[in-house]
Amino acid sequence: MRHDDPAVTWVEEPKLGLAGKMYLPLFVQGLAVTTKHLVSRKVTISFPEERPEIGNPLIYRGVHRFNKDDQGRVKCVACFLCATACPAHCIDIVGIESPWPDREKYPESFQIDELRCIFCGMCEEACPVDAIELTSLFDLTGRSREEMIFDKEKLLSVYDQTKDAEPMKSKSLGGTV
Amino acid sequence: MSLTTQTIEALIKLAIVAGGVMTAAMYLVLVERKMAGWIQGRLGPNRVGIPLTKIRLFGLGQPVADALKLILKEDVTPAHVNRRIYNLAPLIIMTAAVSVFAVIPFGSIIPGEGLGRENPIPLVVAPGIDVGMIFVFALSSIAVYGVILGGWASNNKYSFLGALRSSAQMIAYELPLGLGLLGVVLATGSLQLEKVIGVQADTGIWFALSQPLGFVVFVVAAFAEAARLPFDLTECEQELVAGFHTEYSGMRLVLFLTAEFIHMITAAFLIVILFLGGWHFWGLTGGSEDAVTWLGAIVRIVVFMIKILAVILFFMLVRWSWPRFRFDQLMNLAWKMMLPLGIVNLIAVAIAVEMSASAGASLPWIVYGWIVAVVAWMVTAVCSPLMTDNTARVGDATVGAPLEKAG
Ligand code: SF4
Ligand code: SF4
Repeated sequence: MRHDDPAVTWVEEPKLGLAGKMYLPLFVQGLAVTTKHLVSRKVTISFPEERPEIGNPLIYRGVHRFNKDDQGRVKCVACFLCATACPAHCIDIVGIESPWPDREKYPESFQIDELRCIFCGMCEEACPVDAIELTSLFDLTGRSREEMIFDKEKLLSVYDQTKDAEPMKSKSLGGTV
Repeated sequence: MSLTTQTIEALIKLAIVAGGVMTAAMYLVLVERKMAGWIQGRLGPNRVGIPLTKIRLFGLGQPVADALKLILKEDVTPAHVNRRIYNLAPLIIMTAAVSVFAVIPFGSIIPGEGLGRENPIPLVVAPGIDVGMIFVFALSSIAVYGVILGGWASNNKYSFLGALRSSAQMIAYELPLGLGLLGVVLATGSLQLEKVIGVQADTGIWFALSQPLGFVVFVVAAFAEAARLPFDLTECEQELVAGFHTEYSGMRLVLFLTAEFIHMITAAFLIVILFLGGWHFWGLTGGSEDAVTWLGAIVRIVVFMIKILAVILFFMLVRWSWPRFRFDQLMNLAWKMMLPLGIVNLIAVAIAVEMSASAGASLPWIVYGWIVAVVAWMVTAVCSPLMTDNTARVGDATVGAPLEKAG
């Protein structure tokens, strides 16, 4: 780089005013800022006892759940759209012929590896029958990798756990069923 | 008074001071962490309370937990250090830091009658030492030895750089510190710290009011002496890992860290004693010659401690308010600003003491002190000796010029 290169724009430092040169006015200003922060509301909380407020649970992207229809059956039709959409390739579905007349297939097994999942919500977007949804549970833990692979039963139990606090998004957002 | 009672009395005071200072240092660490948290929008440490219960006490158990952790930690001595000096350095710095409190009063006097003594007992370990201030300064200079020896013996470039910086910084700031102090000495005519408080209590005018310039110079220099931000060049984590104590761990590290905190406490004591009137507060405490009751003595101690706590909190607030100086800026500040300002202050005080009947403690002379301070500060600001602008600019031929081939 040459200093007379026309592509180079030279930015001069702004000149200090008298307050800046005197130091003390700016010093007091800095102290005022820190004092304000000292007494202002804190952004952290004592976590396990206090829970953070989740702005809108309906659009929060936490642990998945598997929705049930009004007869208590799993809503999924094993169309594989979510598995196709998933950028992390963490959905594994085995679909078999459905015992019910209203659909052709249903998942015999459905697994989501929550450790691989990046919680992007693409599966939720892709699902044509709104069977899979992301809840606002954010603090999932496990003692082993196996434990973090959520199968159908576990995903359905997440639905039972959250269905009262978070109604199915499909209804409130004008979705299918 | 026999020798033994004197010894016992000194030992009791020693226990109070040493224990008090150590406990204060421990809890001030907690205060500092809390302040850091609050200023950064966090809650700060608030978990540790009584062990094995759920009682938390706002984290008051934290210092004990910290101390236990550091004591139980492995004390690693790297193979490449100079063992003897490496072990000696923390001891030197700690000894120097604590011994300073021999001459620093921690209150006024307490009445002696109730304790079987006819004279009131002064609340200082070694009362009536005429060279008190020199003693303080000599010992705080010795603390630099601890830093340099520690850095040198560690045989590590970061430690060494930290130690070098520390020595340069201490030498640079000893001068303004001394100059700020000299103004007070001139006005009181004594090197005894109790006497300095006494004079301020009797005239009712703190030296911060009559010598504002000296106060500012002294406070800035005290920050640098205590190696607190914005002057913590000796151990700036971003550049030097941890500075001179990079290689230290376990108990030795604790000694270094505690000594540093004690330096800050000492600085706060000195600022309060020299410039903020010590235990004096208008209308509350009376003059230095008045007889004191127990109540009066306690009021004086409380006033004193509140002032010291306020100064320490100020130290902590400044820590999170200001970025660190660059080293050349630090040197500029010392040699081009603080030293001249200190000399101006000294001359101004000398004139005031010589010309006025009250040694500068009357209203016109206070106004005079403030005028001197403002004018001197403005002049330095306009001359801007602190501007160390070394950014490349247009027309600087060295930018982008081809490097000359050697030979
Ligand atoms: S949230 Fe994203 S990454 Fe996770 S399962 Fe759904 S599509 Fe895959
Ligand atoms: S969850 Fe939805 S997208 Fe995925 S297989 Fe079932 S129906 Fe298809």
